[in-house]
Amino acid sequence: MTKDEIRATVLRVLGEIAPEADPASIKPDVGFREQVDLDSMDLLNFVIGLHSALNVEIPEADYPKLATLDGCVQYLMAIRGGAA
Amino acid sequence: MPILGADMSAGTLVAWRKKPGDGVKRGDIIATVETDKGVIDVEIFVSGVLEEVLVQPGATVPTGTVLAIIREEVLAPAPAIAVGVPPPAAVPAFRPPAPAPPPPAPAVPGRLRISPLAKKVAAELGVDSATVRGTGPGGAITREDIERAARPEPAAEPQRPTVEIDRQTRMRQTIGAAMARSKREIPHYYLSTAIDMQRALAWLTEENGRRPVADRLLYGVLLIKAVALALREVPELNAVWVGDRIVPSEAVHVGVAISLRGGGVVAPALHDADRQSLGDLMRNFRDLVQRARAGGLRSSELSDPTITVTSLGEQGVETVFGIIYPPQVAIVGFGKIVERPWSMEGRIVSRPLVTATLSADHRVTDGHRGGLFLAAVDRLLQEPGRL
Repeated sequence: MTKDEIRATVLRVLGEIAPEADPASIKPDVGFREQVDLDSMDLLNFVIGLHSALNVEIPEADYPKLATLDGCVQYLMAIRGGAA
Repeated sequence: MPILGADMSAGTLVAWRKKPGDGVKRGDIIATVETDKGVIDVEIFVSGVLEEVLVQPGATVPTGTVLAIIREEVLAPAPAIAVGVPPPAAVPAFRPPAPAPPPPAPAVPGRLRISPLAKKVAAELGVDSATVRGTGPGGAITREDIERAARPEPAAEPQRPTVEIDRQTRMRQTIGAAMARSKREIPHYYLSTAIDMQRALAWLTEENGRRPVADRLLYGVLLIKAVALALREVPELNAVWVGDRIVPSEAVHVGVAISLRGGGVVAPALHDADRQSLGDLMRNFRDLVQRARAGGLRSSELSDPTITVTSLGEQGVETVFGIIYPPQVAIVGFGKIVERPWSMEGRIVSRPLVTATLSADHRVTDGHRGGLFLAAVDRLLQEPGRL
């Protein structure tokens, strides 16, 4: 899966949780929670959505790495590629 | 039309889920109604046959109006039974009013942006949402857009971007009315205590490390379970105030405050929260949040809570000063976890502390019982493995 495909997947999963969020306006280096009204339940559903879409295990300790779009893509590229 | 909150005076019948002649049994969903809290599934509390519907879809009727006649399955003819009229329930108002939504924008080509509630209504009304122009934030398709599309074309109807604002206004008005009534009628007293969360958080981290991602627990579930168990120890707080007397509840149905996307709040019940394992409670909590936001709460979930739990720690709030939602007799608030100096065995150490508050009805309990309740919540959270 390419970087762009992972980015699109992340935005799709985010859109399922927060349908009012405009994916085109998400700033990649700014925290999701600063741009979209997300609570802890939304974040859990976001992780579950990524897990289902990409078949990746995301330990709870790694949640902070998913705070931004850029962070998500970088992290997911790394674990899908086998790097920690 | 069931009363689904002290602030509800009328509701709109959206659709019948059963038709005359259909057999129904206790717990079945027989109709969908819309209130200012959203779309609610109405349950039936008897078993029998739906004999006649008295209110048609689209009609707005006062609470207490008989919607249908159910003939109970007995030998003698049964009297008419109003469909689902349980006692009132829950909704605190702590979230500040949401800012007015931005003006509608064209939808993003190639991607349908539609709220879960609108999707549900579209399915019910047989509307192809791909043909609907969204007027919600960022061009998202709202429930009103779907309903407008479902109506017969009277003439080219002008865009009404104020619909969502009107809905927000109505919700704020209804919440405001209930809170004003609460402040006017209920003699509140307020207590607070700081709880050391070190053990609970450490246990949660370890527990979640063992669980697959879909089964992980949120910290809030520990709080809900601790409150539910503490209610067993101080049962006076597990009650409603009706007329001029206390009506205790045998079951522990804890209302949980859930903020809605776009503004507003509901506090539906997690039924029998004291008897559920943490895993079951978490699954039911997730389901409840999803249905609260998408539409699809059941009438009993809105009518059954005796107490509400609200947590505003994620918004940076340290202390919650709750307002009781009548006819409930208490609300429990939790703030954010903060690292603070804490005295332990003669040493000052840094600990993660949360401020738990209780707002309770002085007609029902005194500070002594309220204090025992908070102490029980604290004690239970010190043994998270036993929750």
